[in-house]
Amino acid sequence: MSFLLTCPNCGTREVTDFGFGGEISARPTARPSLRELGEYNYFRRNVAGVQREWWFHRSGCRAWFIAERDTVTNEVLLTELPRGPGSPESVA
Amino acid sequence: MSRLPPQPGERIDRQSVLRFTFDGKPVEAFEGDTIGSALFAAGRRTFSRSFKYHRRRGLLCCAGQCPNCIVAVDGAPGVRACVEPVKEGMRVEHLNAQPGLELDVMRATDLVGTRFTPPGFYYKTFIRPRRLWPLYEKVLRHAAGLGVLRKEQADREWRTEYRRRHADVLVVGGGIAGVAAAKQAAAQGADVVLVDEGQVEPVPGVEALGRATALGYFDGMVPVWQGDTLHQIRAPAHVFATGAIEQPLVFAGNDLPGVMLSGGALRLLERYAVSPGTRAVVVSTNDRGLEAAARLHDAGVTIAAVADLRASATEATRALQTRGIAVLQNHTIVAAEGGKQVTRATLGGVEGGNGAAVGGNRAAGAGGNGAGAAAGAEVSFECDLVVVSGGFAPATSLLSQAGARTAYDEARGHFVLADLPPNVFAAGEVAGHADPDAAARSGERAGRQAAGGSPEDAADQPIEQAPTAVPPPVAGQTHGKCFACLCEDVTAKDIKLSIDEGYDSIELSKRYTTVTMGPCQGRMCQLASIRLMAQETGQSLQTVGTTTARPPYISVPMGALAGRPFQPAKRSAIHDRHRELGANIKWAGDWRRAYDYGDPQQEALAVHEAAGLIDVSTLGKLLVRGSEAGEFLDRLYPNRFSDLKPGRIRYGVISSDAGRIVDDGTICRIDEDTYYVTTTSSGAGAVEEWFSWWLADWQMDVRLTDFTQGLAAVNLAGPKAREILGALTDLDCSAEAFKYLDAKHATVAGVPCLILRIGFVGEVGYEIHFAAAHGEHVWDALMQAGREHGIRPFGLEPQRILRLQKMHILVGQDTDSESTPFSAAMPWIVKLDKDADFIGRWALEHYAQEEPAARLVGFTLGDGYVPTEGAVIIDALGAPAGQVTSARFSPVLDRVIGMAWVPAPLARDGATVAISDQGRTVSAHIQTRPFYDPEGEVLRS
Repeated sequence: MSFLLTCPNCGTREVTDFGFGGEISARPTARPSLRELGEYNYFRRNVAGVQREWWFHRSGCRAWFIAERDTVTNEVLLTELPRGPGSPESVA
Repeated sequence: MSRLPPQPGERIDRQSVLRFTFDGKPVEAFEGDTIGSALFAAGRRTFSRSFKYHRRRGLLCCAGQCPNCIVAVDGAPGVRACVEPVKEGMRVEHLNAQPGLELDVMRATDLVGTRFTPPGFYYKTFIRPRRLWPLYEKVLRHAAGLGVLRKEQADREWRTEYRRRHADVLVVGGGIAGVAAAKQAAAQGADVVLVDEGQVEPVPGVEALGRATALGYFDGMVPVWQGDTLHQIRAPAHVFATGAIEQPLVFAGNDLPGVMLSGGALRLLERYAVSPGTRAVVVSTNDRGLEAAARLHDAGVTIAAVADLRASATEATRALQTRGIAVLQNHTIVAAEGGKQVTRATLGGVEGGNGAAVGGNRAAGAGGNGAGAAAGAEVSFECDLVVVSGGFAPATSLLSQAGARTAYDEARGHFVLADLPPNVFAAGEVAGHADPDAAARSGERAGRQAAGGSPEDAADQPIEQAPTAVPPPVAGQTHGKCFACLCEDVTAKDIKLSIDEGYDSIELSKRYTTVTMGPCQGRMCQLASIRLMAQETGQSLQTVGTTTARPPYISVPMGALAGRPFQPAKRSAIHDRHRELGANIKWAGDWRRAYDYGDPQQEALAVHEAAGLIDVSTLGKLLVRGSEAGEFLDRLYPNRFSDLKPGRIRYGVISSDAGRIVDDGTICRIDEDTYYVTTTSSGAGAVEEWFSWWLADWQMDVRLTDFTQGLAAVNLAGPKAREILGALTDLDCSAEAFKYLDAKHATVAGVPCLILRIGFVGEVGYEIHFAAAHGEHVWDALMQAGREHGIRPFGLEPQRILRLQKMHILVGQDTDSESTPFSAAMPWIVKLDKDADFIGRWALEHYAQEEPAARLVGFTLGDGYVPTEGAVIIDALGAPAGQVTSARFSPVLDRVIGMAWVPAPLARDGATVAISDQGRTVSAHIQTRPFYDPEGEVLRS
């Protein structure tokens, strides 16, 4: 795996500068069944294609941000800072 | 000596003589020589012994492509002598031959052992009796190989730096096409990097890296190894002008020293003014081999015979004829013979051009000029040099890694580029443009396109070169070993055998015979093995296909990939004091910490009897501030912090959404909007990431500041701690004014501090946090004030004894990724009656209802035996049922105590469990309450 990511704060850097937070998954908002809870905790969609995911600029500004990346080609379509509760990425 | 008079364009400086040693003997060289050219000039013909049969091998390509001249330089193996410049005083040694290069006892493998060593022989000959395999393995390991790594090297003696370079265009290959591409792209304003394995001339406006090999292609990133630097070059567009690789021919004895590729012979001659031989037989499938014959002739080498596989003469043939040299059309070589080097070459006729070589009658035409040799007949010539040219295969490996596809070209007899991915361009001979002018034009065009210019001009058709004949897969197999793969000693017969045994695809045959898997990475053997596979299976070469091109393109030291030997060490601001006090310093995560000061038992006792001081600067320290700080922490921890009063402290365990324990620490509310959070030493970074992740999502009015590095902290604990602290501060330290779990700001020894009254070690204790710059000052002041009270510094080990007495868990030591607050005996930490949601709530609701399989408990042992951490708890039947996580001898309790995970039914006071440890079984008594001061009376006093 080798590609570039553009940190919304710092600019374009090698992927090795960043920590990967995985695909964005919705945290259950109401009490989940045990099965739903297990799926949230342990299962991933693992799409072959464009995925919204979390990244952390570990060797830089230490901010979390969102990327849209094609998991097949590693093409990064966009990066942006999260927009907070109610936004698509919110897992709250 | 075979050094010639000055040659036009030679790269040596005859005024500057360098000296080095080969196997301990002195060798002279000129500045500009390679190890290979200097040794050859000094008369050396054997450069290495082969991998399996230990046959002599000499210079073949003189371009760093083949495995034949790999040596060790100053103890480092894997150096290609033919391209490595000589440096004054370098120590060069041969590899893989015992006792020496000229007399190698393992040669027996070749002479008598061949029938025991077919492909996969280690699964056949050496597999029975099975129990002897370890012995066989040892012997085989010793016999094969490409040198021995240095057992050790001085710390940081050899290091590589990573360099990250982002450019607009990366051009790989510094020949005519590559330089033209780089110039053109730079002229269009692009930021261009040009790399080449060999020397490159400076190109204005271009960063040109010489002796820098592109190792592979990884999603647009190309690692380029240049001596002590690994450049990680990334560009949106790539031009590969990687040229073509001259192919050897497969015939009996084709590996003898003195059998040389035409390019190799010319490089010796033209660059280093070294004559590759005195009497040559030249065998070619193309004009370049014939041109080489003419050049050698002009330099004074006697040309004994020239065989051309093609049926008809070309310009190059006529150029030889004007020199009085006859060319045998429709001929190729069927055998080379010799001992230390080639002494005789046998040529044979070929039926109908591109067919198979014919064995036929073996004419004893020694020394004959061969004229009139009929097709089918064989003629032998004495010689000390066999120059072969089996055609030029495009060097498509890097392009293939970048996603290019290749297809077999019947006419040329090799695989050519068929399809390029976007933003990947090929120029020069790799793209079929062997003619210099055409190569330059293709380079300009590739450079223009790579720099974003419009591809207005369609690609040139390659200028047709004189045709090349396609050599037979193997010639003269009846005469001896015909090597398809020099690196791994794979013969044509071996490939046939692998097919007979069922490995009938090229990828399977590769893995079975290891053809193409040696240092040449298929440069010399890929095409040869595909041809053999096609012949044996009756398939077309297109159907057989190529093996997958993989990095690295050349063998590269692991150290070059690993980068600088670099292990960061964190030291606290008080570190030097610990060293002065004779501390036993050990690694604790990234930290260097005082493990003890020589006597952990006495240090622990001092904390109980007087006072102890420990440096806890490694704790993670986060300031959480903002109007929603309390609510933020309520969401992150299973217990409450919004109701914590300013100036008070509460213990907290962080759990994941799966309800598992992630970290723990103390949280102190400083004022309405400010909390000071401490974490475990090893968890500091992870907790900060975890907090900031949820903050990024929740977007609350909270700001997070990590003070882990900025603040030092010490824990002053023991019955005399209060008096010692009181002597250094105006703060009222009485039990009434400064209670257990109070936090106060005060000046200690003149330094503003935050003092937390907590009790990790079980005695009255003050954790004092302050600016790291004052670390030694505060430490010294406390030690000074404590002297009359018998204060002792204590390290990590006594702290572990002390905390174990209190059953205070160490996250990661006593817990693992399965542990929940309920199973780890901390149900009181989970507040399921909180109104708001919190991380882990749903899982913890579930665990609150369910009896865990195992629980964390304390235990005591009677007989003084301290079990190993990780020792197994066994059930009545002897099956594993849990494990010991911590165990120590407690000096104050005068017995062995520990913590362990045991089956839940046994997790009750008075139960006994069996611990199996290192061959003995001991009986332990379960205890669920702290061993020391279970009611916390001492702690709170």
